[in-house]
Amino acid sequence: MTEKLTLISHVDAINWNRIEDEKDVEVWNRLTANFWLPEKVPISGDVQSWATLTPEEQTLTMRVFTGLTLLDTIQGTVGAVSLIPDALTPHEEAVYTNIAFMESVHAKSYSSIFSTLCSTREIDEAFRWSTENQNLQRKAQIVLDYYHGDDPLKRKVASTLLESFLFYSGFYLPMYWSSRATLTNTADMIRLIIRDEAVHGYYIGYKFQKGLEKETPERREELKDYTFNLLYDLYDNEVQYTQDLYDPLGMTEDVKKFLHYNANKALMNLGYEALFPSNICDVSPAILSALSPNADENHDFFSGSGSSYVIGKHEETTDDDWDF
Amino acid sequence: MASLVYFSSTSGNTKRFVEKLGVPAERIPLYPTDAPLKVDEPYVLVVPTYGGGNDKGAVPKQVIKFLNDEHNRSLIRGVITAGNTNFGEAYCIAGDIVAAKCKVPHLYKFELFGTQDDVEAVRNGLDVLWKQQ
Repeated sequence: MTEKLTLISHVDAINWNRIEDEKDVEVWNRLTANFWLPEKVPISGDVQSWATLTPEEQTLTMRVFTGLTLLDTIQGTVGAVSLIPDALTPHEEAVYTNIAFMESVHAKSYSSIFSTLCSTREIDEAFRWSTENQNLQRKAQIVLDYYHGDDPLKRKVASTLLESFLFYSGFYLPMYWSSRATLTNTADMIRLIIRDEAVHGYYIGYKFQKGLEKETPERREELKDYTFNLLYDLYDNEVQYTQDLYDPLGMTEDVKKFLHYNANKALMNLGYEALFPSNICDVSPAILSALSPNADENHDFFSGSGSSYVIGKHEETTDDDWDF
Repeated sequence: MASLVYFSSTSGNTKRFVEKLGVPAERIPLYPTDAPLKVDEPYVLVVPTYGGGNDKGAVPKQVIKFLNDEHNRSLIRGVITAGNTNFGEAYCIAGDIVAAKCKVPHLYKFELFGTQDDVEAVRNGLDVLWKQQ
């Protein structure tokens, strides 16, 4: 298939002192403040922990990470780059170049884990698996097809679903190990990736919603249908991919809850209401806590309040207290 | 009947959550040139967490400005926070900071613009809270 490469035909010097959308600056600042490199994370501290895993668990872990590497490679070399010609502001273009680069950093970080923990033969074997697994390849192909399509808003939908949904069948495993005090340095690195992906999904989803504001009601309806249909397609494939990976260790059902939970967040990033009901999104508290230690703490003061609710004692504060 | 005070950026997620609640609410202005918000009755603050992964800048500066007004600060009764669990330890940390500074309970945390379950939990929780005032 030969395609004409679409590049912006005219470029003006980017002026960061004249901002059309404050969100561009906010997100640029967030992303650059969050910048990190895999070399800063002491993965070698996990060597002993790796040795405690069974061969099946090691194989699963390596396959999960090659799957994530593939997605990050797509997002870094095609996905984020494909969004640049459709950008509404020059600052938006700059943010996409940052996103593209960070995805390449993420892709490289898995290789850091591999080179620290595994033999060359094992690494090659895991990469071979990633090129041969049909469900992984299909998920890559579905997304790539939309990146090559001619609809800018559909590209943003595919990109947001990748950032906020497709990674999570993989992210589940390092969070699971972390909850069992296993591969904790690796988990620290994955948490940095998870943090970045949240900003990416939020930003691309925000730009999708901005674009949607300019569309006709019919076109909005079309894009909504398209989003949910794409999500269903990806979800069906994701369930099979999850089974390929996790069935041997009997973990599939809990991973699916994590998929539902994150699919809802992906939809919300795009401005749509959550789809999966809460009773199939009840991710194991251990996973949620590995992801975010604050997530279940004081999550719902209300439900524990009842008649015993006592208003907090108010204490006079000075302006100094507010200098934070 | 007291109300909510909320802040929401141009992405509008927090605004959307507050609208789904369907209770009286006032928005803290987005731009420094807007007239500042002054309140005259007790309220619960709904605030998104900023900063994306560390506590620096987690409370939006517009919210700090609003709370820097001592009268506004004296009427806060609780805080509800939006966030994203992807930010790990910084999840909804804006609410922790405001709760500690104002000595009020951190009532509830939700993600992005909240699910229907979040809306119901907060709506019911606020009913109970205001009846006890």
